[in-house]
Amino acid sequence: MEEALINWSRAQFALTAIYHFLFVPLTLGLGFIVAIMESIYVKTGNLMWKKITKFWMTLFAINFAIGVATGIIMEFEFGTNWANYSWFVGDIFGAPLAIEGILAFFMESTFFAVMFFGWDKVSKGFHLLSTWLVAIGSNLSALWILVANGWMQYPVGMVFNPDTARNEMNNFWDVILSPVAISKFLHTIGSGYVISALFVIGISAWLILKGKDMYMAKKSMIIGATFGLITSLFLILSGDESAHQVALTQPVKLAAMEGMYDGKREAGIVALGILNTNKTLYNSEPTYLFELEIPYALSLLGYHDTNAYVAGLNDLVWGNEEMGIMSAKEKINKGKIALNAFREYKDAIALKDFEKAKISKATLEENMPYFGYGYLKKPEDIVPPIGLTFYSFHIMVALGSWFVLLFAIVLFLSTKKDITKYPIILKSALWSIPLGYIAAEAGWIVAEVGRQPWAIQDLMPVGIAVTNISSTNVMITFWMFAILFTTLLIAEIKIMTKQISFGFNGGH
Amino acid sequence: MFENLTLLQLQQYWWIIISLLGGLFVFMMFVQGGQTLLNKLSKNEIEKTMLVNSIGRKWELGFTTLVLFGGALFAAFPLFYSTSFGGAYWVWMAILFCFIIQAVSYEYRTKPNNFLGQKTFETFLYINGSLGVFLLGVAISTFFSGSEFLIDYRNFSYWQNDLRGLEALLNPSNYLLGFALVYLAKIMGAMYFINNIDHKEIRQKAIRSIKINMVMFLLFFLTFLAWILSKNGFAVDINGFVYMQSFKYLFNFLDMPIVFGMFGIGVIMVIIAVFMTIHFAKTCCIKTGGVGVVLTVMALLLNVGLNSTAYYPSTYDLQSSLTIVNSSGSHYTLTVMGYVSLMVPLVLAYIVYAWKSMDKIKITKKEMEAPDAHNY
Repeated sequence: MEEALINWSRAQFALTAIYHFLFVPLTLGLGFIVAIMESIYVKTGNLMWKKITKFWMTLFAINFAIGVATGIIMEFEFGTNWANYSWFVGDIFGAPLAIEGILAFFMESTFFAVMFFGWDKVSKGFHLLSTWLVAIGSNLSALWILVANGWMQYPVGMVFNPDTARNEMNNFWDVILSPVAISKFLHTIGSGYVISALFVIGISAWLILKGKDMYMAKKSMIIGATFGLITSLFLILSGDESAHQVALTQPVKLAAMEGMYDGKREAGIVALGILNTNKTLYNSEPTYLFELEIPYALSLLGYHDTNAYVAGLNDLVWGNEEMGIMSAKEKINKGKIALNAFREYKDAIALKDFEKAKISKATLEENMPYFGYGYLKKPEDIVPPIGLTFYSFHIMVALGSWFVLLFAIVLFLSTKKDITKYPIILKSALWSIPLGYIAAEAGWIVAEVGRQPWAIQDLMPVGIAVTNISSTNVMITFWMFAILFTTLLIAEIKIMTKQISFGFNGGH
Repeated sequence: MFENLTLLQLQQYWWIIISLLGGLFVFMMFVQGGQTLLNKLSKNEIEKTMLVNSIGRKWELGFTTLVLFGGALFAAFPLFYSTSFGGAYWVWMAILFCFIIQAVSYEYRTKPNNFLGQKTFETFLYINGSLGVFLLGVAISTFFSGSEFLIDYRNFSYWQNDLRGLEALLNPSNYLLGFALVYLAKIMGAMYFINNIDHKEIRQKAIRSIKINMVMFLLFFLTFLAWILSKNGFAVDINGFVYMQSFKYLFNFLDMPIVFGMFGIGVIMVIIAVFMTIHFAKTCCIKTGGVGVVLTVMALLLNVGLNSTAYYPSTYDLQSSLTIVNSSGSHYTLTVMGYVSLMVPLVLAYIVYAWKSMDKIKITKKEMEAPDAHNY
């Protein structure tokens, strides 16, 4: 495939996914926060809580609409732009997407209408149930799409069928219970909950700073900070497990996350550092211009053992016999053997030479774990963009730590003190809203950029997965999406800020 | 249960499910049809608000059905998903853009400070309801007329026309289903308004619109029917060899009397629904008409997919044509998905329950004007 096509296709997928994930987190978490608020209203009968619920519900709806708009393309883009991928693994990958539609989307869309328009049409109990089901539905949706994504990062539960030229599912439970998929799901919904909590305390802080509806804003803040503190701690735990899974299944990604060229035991994490841009796989320049390291942390994070050996990029590219790490060159050779055996198998079947087909199939099966490497040109191709992966990872971790601290302070001041007397904290809460989004997008950049060049880990590089189409077509649609989504984002932000300015008594 | 079925039986089962989803999706297009009637059926802003809020509470279900339709095709017939979506790139992209703009338009239409203005969002709804539906009809029509693509030994597809799907618009026959769907959606939209909005003038105007749109629908639908029943179709022999057969789709109906029966009953139900609405001012005909639409569309899709027919034919290379046999998922995946499909009745049950709960109180002017109403 031409390089321009691959890059435009990558860019379009990145653009649409980044836009989509600007709206998903709030849907995941705010749904539950609104459900908790409505539960308090139903339990107490206090109309103030109904007002609070409706205020946040309106913001939820504004965000939800654009989330749906940007989401539909994600469903179809695998086909439009990654057609070869869609065939090669559609037998496995398509199932979670279809299940997402049946089990999650219908739940969301059916009860969304009841939640917004059913206040005076259905009973209080049914309305509350609908609100909870919208929240559950959106999280179920996240489960299935992250099962699909987790499978791309760590393909399990399938076997390659040379007759159909694709991977076929042979164990559904392996796919949905894959540790990578589970940790990815937990970490992603955790990030959604934290962003939603940041949103609630940030908007509440703004209302307090403006002296608007202060009592209801403070009540919202307590709910938001409590939800945020619990979920941010959960986020750290799930992040730890996620990193552990990366160490086990995607060691190149882990090395890139830390900008680590040479492997070592008792490896530390750079808490603060700047990469040396002159450093390459071919020289011995220092990796960092400046670094502040937490000793043992990477060994501990990756393998839950301070003495564990963490492989560096040099080990993974050139190999390390002592540590039993195969070089990328050897993997490429095995991959080429697999690809050749596959072609020979197809030819033999066409000629009805079943003896030769049997031999080719055995060679293919033996080398199948390296199938995707056969498409790579040189060993260095297995290395993802290091700078982007490194900085994104560190920004995410730093911001995540800040959020825990912020929630703890806000919760303490809202319950034990008078938070209205701490404008710096209120402003910090407000300005932490965009930080939440930056952290979440950074997390996705780590996950997706860090796994390049693979569309499916070890099995299919991005360059083979892409649709056979001229790059001009994709370039045009890239700009169409960029213009449309940016326009809709501006509309969303303008509507959202206006609604917020109305406050809790503004009518929704 | 499903694991005991043969691969062919599973492929047929899944084609039936896909056909049902297709039928349900076309039924849900009453939302799109309604979107094209907003100005025609209202004389002032409050009436338009009633119309928008009537279909606005259902748009997501149609949207979700479309998404599920795509997801189910991906899981059950991945070669279609990769070949058609990747190949007919511009048609599908155009359809997707039409749906993207729909998703925000209801919520943002009347919100203060909405950047683009109310008129723009209403135009988005019109585009979705007209162009979106028309293009879907054209895309589905290629199931009968064929496309230009080649499949290689890896089952990677290569589209052979630089227009990437837009070439379907160069074949006038494809317009027939496109326009038929547009007018059918309008009829269904009007029927839904009649059922869901308690407002005399809107109901009268909706009846008038049905009269005109029914004539147009019949014109395009009957011509479409005449075209497919008289044309050569893409048949497959027992070895998977694809060849052209005269009157293939007519014979498919004759070979599958149940499908033919479904088709006939579906068409009659739509006609009865329209007749009862126009002549007896009945307000409940969306149900009869809805079931009729589901049956009709389902029967057409069953016709093009079953009875040894290539449902996504290639006119460039006949042997690259897709059939339910050569394009499906594996036995294991279809089995797993078979069990998942058992959830469909449960999903349909709660949709019906929620729908009935919401629609038992009709939309009125008073509701729209309530101070704490959350209106679109």
